[in-house]
Amino acid sequence: MAATFFGEVVKVRSRAVTEDEEDEEDPWAPDNPEDREVRRELERKREVEVLQTQTNLSLEIPLLEQYPCSKFIMAVGNNAVAFLSSFVLNSETWEEIGSTKLWNEWCRTTDTTNLSPTDAFCVFYRLKSDPTVFLCQCSCYVAEDQQYQWLEKVFGSSPKRNLQITILTSRHVTDYKTPESSCNLPSPFLKALKTQSFQDAACCTLLEQPNIVHDLPAAVLSYCQVWKIPAILYLCYTDIMKLDLVTIEAFKPILGSKSLKGLVKGFSLFLAHLKAIDTINRGTIRISM
Amino acid sequence: MFVPCGTSEPDFTGFTLLMPAVSVGNVGQLAIDLIISTLNMCKVGYFYTDCLVPMVGNNPYATAEENSTELSINAEVYSLPSMNLMALQLRSIFIKYKSKLFCEKLISWMKSSKCARVIVLSSSHSYHCDDQQLRSIPFRYLLTPEMEKSVGETLQKLHWKEMEKSKSFPEIRDSGLCIRIPGGGITKVLYTESCSKGIQMAVVLKFVSEGDNIPDAFDLVRYLNDWLQIIKPQECSDPTTSVSQWKMPSSWRLLFGSGLPPALF
Repeated sequence: MAATFFGEVVKVRSRAVTEDEEDEEDPWAPDNPEDREVRRELERKREVEVLQTQTNLSLEIPLLEQYPCSKFIMAVGNNAVAFLSSFVLNSETWEEIGSTKLWNEWCRTTDTTNLSPTDAFCVFYRLKSDPTVFLCQCSCYVAEDQQYQWLEKVFGSSPKRNLQITILTSRHVTDYKTPESSCNLPSPFLKALKTQSFQDAACCTLLEQPNIVHDLPAAVLSYCQVWKIPAILYLCYTDIMKLDLVTIEAFKPILGSKSLKGLVKGFSLFLAHLKAIDTINRGTIRISM
Repeated sequence: MFVPCGTSEPDFTGFTLLMPAVSVGNVGQLAIDLIISTLNMCKVGYFYTDCLVPMVGNNPYATAEENSTELSINAEVYSLPSMNLMALQLRSIFIKYKSKLFCEKLISWMKSSKCARVIVLSSSHSYHCDDQQLRSIPFRYLLTPEMEKSVGETLQKLHWKEMEKSKSFPEIRDSGLCIRIPGGGITKVLYTESCSKGIQMAVVLKFVSEGDNIPDAFDLVRYLNDWLQIIKPQECSDPTTSVSQWKMPSSWRLLFGSGLPPALF
């Protein structure tokens, strides 16, 4: 507790440590078997599973050890997922091979039949003409304690050879630190972060310090940096976090990259998809002029 | 686990490992940033762990366009072989219930790396200070028994103050004494585990309040420098000039957010 200048006594909070952490370390804290059991139950509930679509059974080995992979393209968040759905993914050229099942306080993944853009899901697709090319559409929130599990179940713990990874995601523009006010920023705009081993040019400028990235994209990029896998993260800063056509189209420069070369579908197909998204969000979507 | 940047594992035999505890005001981490930045230490590896919240960003110690695009993650190891010095920087908080596991992994690595000694930079809530502590300097140290043998006398000559013990149960008159480091994160666990495992460890901490803790970080590194002589202390006694000896990293820009909208005024 601490006293303020106004005579109030308030609880002191720290951005670095919480009281819970101090309780964990207290050797005098009672080791309650019931607490331990509750914790174990919660861990079991929060376990991340990767299911094989064909069998609907949990994979026993990591996904990319089950299936060889040379290119892994991943979208995290509604707008990035909608971008890949609009410009790349279609049922003629891609087959669904697996999905992630997970639960946390913010989401529960939906079954993969009849998915709508507003459902929470994490699905893996494979290119029929080249089965080493994978696409991952992840619109569910993967919590901090589940991110490494997700990595283990998808990539495994051993370093991969001949693999390149591309990640697309979006963040709110107020997360972007700049000497000017974020109100003056021309959002949406694209920034990139790449690992040491990624040799190709990025489709936009790199993310400047002191900006950082968190969550699943950060977990994947960290894994790639440590294990020397060429990987690039494209981050779209936007002022609208829900499905938004202008944000989706902000990812378009990536269509010219080596990662998506040869994967972009016909113009008419993606127009139709964009119209579908517009229908779902009619009245709330902004259209670029 | 430690994963080297290059193909070969660096040799840390006999090195001094400096590391922060993620503690109130992030003072230990800010202090390690100052040390790495000032000494221009070279990144030699990653401490890859599932115990810390993932984060990535470009090189926080960039000095030019050429070195600004190296990716950094949440736990990295830097080294300065000319001074037998290495630093572990931690850049994010612990995932819930994983701090103890992290300590076990860290201590295991300390032993396997064969580093000679470990110095943990930390901080503790200043509001917990008693009257005596409020009247004294805000720095304290702790030494494991093994470390006491080698540097105990040196620190006494510097008139450093050892962290006071407090009552285990303040309400009970006859309760025993124990070390308490409120707001110190894993500092106490690291210290007690190192005591029992025979590791040479010193904890150097400052009593702080949460806020703009950059001055606290400067104070802590200067205090540490009185002992370790990492950089030659300036002869001039003016504290404002001695601050400039320590180089702030480029990542410390905009620590409290972006610029303000002009419309606010």
